[in-house]
Amino acid sequence: MSDTNTMTLNLKIWRQASTKDKGQIVDYVLEGVSPDMSFLEMIDMLNEQLVAKNDDPIAFDHDCREGICGMCSLMINGQAHGPEKATTTCQLHMRSFKDGDTIAIEPWRARAFPVLKDLMVDRSAFDKIIEAGGFVNVNTGNAQDANSILIPKENADLAMDAAACIGCGACVASCKNASAMLFVSAKISQLALLPQGEVEADQRALSMVEKMDELGFGNCTNEAECEASCPKDISISNIARMNRGFLKAAVSAKTK
Amino acid sequence: MSSSTQSFSRSYFLSSVVKKQIMAVTGLLLCGFLLGHLAGNLLIIISPDAFNQYGHALVSNKPLLYTAEAGLIVLFLVHLCMAAKLTVENNTARPQKYYIKQKTGRGATFASSTMPYTGLIILIFLITHLNSFKYGTIYMTTIDGVEMRDLYRTVMEFFAQPLGAAWYAFAMIAMAIHVSHGFWSAFQSFGFSHSKYTPLLRKAGIAYAILVGAGFTALALYGYIQGVQA
Ligand code: FES
Repeated sequence: MSDTNTMTLNLKIWRQASTKDKGQIVDYVLEGVSPDMSFLEMIDMLNEQLVAKNDDPIAFDHDCREGICGMCSLMINGQAHGPEKATTTCQLHMRSFKDGDTIAIEPWRARAFPVLKDLMVDRSAFDKIIEAGGFVNVNTGNAQDANSILIPKENADLAMDAAACIGCGACVASCKNASAMLFVSAKISQLALLPQGEVEADQRALSMVEKMDELGFGNCTNEAECEASCPKDISISNIARMNRGFLKAAVSAKTK
Repeated sequence: MSSSTQSFSRSYFLSSVVKKQIMAVTGLLLCGFLLGHLAGNLLIIISPDAFNQYGHALVSNKPLLYTAEAGLIVLFLVHLCMAAKLTVENNTARPQKYYIKQKTGRGATFASSTMPYTGLIILIFLITHLNSFKYGTIYMTTIDGVEMRDLYRTVMEFFAQPLGAAWYAFAMIAMAIHVSHGFWSAFQSFGFSHSKYTPLLRKAGIAYAILVGAGFTALALYGYIQGVQA
């Protein structure tokens, strides 16, 4: 690690012992950071040094480290998943920074995402929204013959794009209103666009939006910071689809 | 899926989606009013008499006047109260602010991130505006044998003061910024989204904002110049 390419970074990291603790920014200086490291490897390196000094390592969420699971998070210099477009924190590399940079690292902040410890937040609010209707409950029978259910290519593509959502919560974190509309609309769209999910589309839109509101997420103001921060490039056209789907469901509620 | 139709109907108007749709529909209707108001005001440039006669015609039809005024008050109050409610809710959705927050530069615009502030400027403007014109000094004039209010004179006296004209222009620019986001945003809230028409709609919103912003500001400027020359 004595490579001349290595960097020295000034890190300002949010430390918070527990949900109840007040928390504060703590300064660290980290030397010998390789530009080829991922952002999370950089924190691993700092944590090894902390552990060696018998200090408490920094808690942060991560799992796959290949941009598919949605566990990693972090507000990096005030941006969800850092400065690169369509990139998760685990896929962000230190070559995006330069020697001597100051990097502020904070957890997602939202009433619905309480901080558990340091940079870890509780995102189970998203699970509760899914539990409220983000599934298909109708019996679809045995696997059909190929091509017996025709699906327009455009719908299949749109559903697939919506299904790319990994549920990381960057949309909530980056939204100035801490709104979960991008997440919820992607989960509604991926099902509503396909025949099996369409059956329950109305009730799903009503239930999931109701749950989202109940959990204390904010209201969308159509700024599109969510779309801009989304590591999977989920489009706010999904939010439009949810808005019209909700309206349609509301005015056509099936009652006798 | 637990929510029953019944429990839903109660929460319907309180859902985040519908609150935004209420903002959208009241906002768009107010946009329509703004355009009509501008068209009427431009008569100032045509002639003092044309403007006064137009004003006189409006206030002479009492049933129409009161209905329109009541409608506008309702639209405005609903838009305002809903905005206040949404702003408070959105603030409580993030009780602890970020140490550093940086925009991506790929989403929010100046207009979109200043909606509550430009909205507040419009509210203050509206109060001063009614106070200086509708409830301002009353002069009378006689056109074609009909006695009517010389609103033209009240307006021109206001614009002749540099501060009056500047405040008016400032508020109208804030208004233009407000509607440049609001116009497109209203369609998004209703779920109108199309790969071809949405970009057009965004441009239409900007064009509309420039039209009303420039139109009203031009009036203030015209009044000020007239005042200086007089
Ligand atoms: S750790 Fe799985 S997406 Fe980043």
